Amino acid sequence: MKANNLMKISFYSRSVNEGFARGALAAFLAQADPTVPELADVKTAVSEAVTNCIVHAYPDQVGLVYLTAALYDGGVIKITVADKGIGITDVNQAMQPMYTTGNPEERAGLGFAVMQSFMDKIKVTSKPGKGTRVVMTKTLQSRE
Amino acid sequence: MAKVSFTSSGDLLAAYLSGEIDHHSAQMLRQLIDAEISACMPMQLVLDFGNVSFMDSSGIGLILGRAKRMQAMEGSLVVQQAPDQIKKMLDLARVDYK
Repeated sequence: MKANNLMKISFYSRSVNEGFARGALAAFLAQADPTVPELADVKTAVSEAVTNCIVHAYPDQVGLVYLTAALYDGGVIKITVADKGIGITDVNQAMQPMYTTGNPEERAGLGFAVMQSFMDKIKVTSKPGKGTRVVMTKTLQSRE
Repeated sequence: MAKVSFTSSGDLLAAYLSGEIDHHSAQMLRQLIDAEISACMPMQLVLDFGNVSFMDSSGIGLILGRAKRMQAMEGSLVVQQAPDQIKKMLDLARVDYK
């Protein structure tokens, strides 16, 4: 299926760009007229995915984070967050709630659980040493 | 941008959070709140989310980390005034609020 509209941005894995990614995404999604809770859900999921890139994909270096958002018929939005970082050896383990390789005192290990809960569908593919790709979709409720 | 301001009376320290809480801003908020805990040594810490416009799971890490600190001092932590979207995150993480 071909997207009706699409945007791609890439930015350094600096934590200040977490807010930039949310803001850019929100500006693009405005044309799909999401409800306030829908937009908040998508922004939260993307914030989690981008934070994962910054904290986990590029732990000791700065690399590029690739954010793509596409709009389809029927209010379907598809968001891809990808990196060329260290990758995840065991994706299933990484997606377990409360699992984190970050500082357990400060990281809740909920990133993937939030993405799963706040979006309709999420698919994670990763290759150690090559990078990780998270694809998330959500259908906006139609507004009469 | 996130901010925090404090009021304290007796054994109670209240931290009023505002703005967007993510991994970037949580680091700064954590330092400010921990410095205030060290200065006041409260028995109860209140985290007020009334003016928080966005929070991802970094905010949960912020809450749980402070809850552990308060527990270590035999004190307690209360989360209050969370907007609906933040309640959704708190529910997912099974964090109590009032």
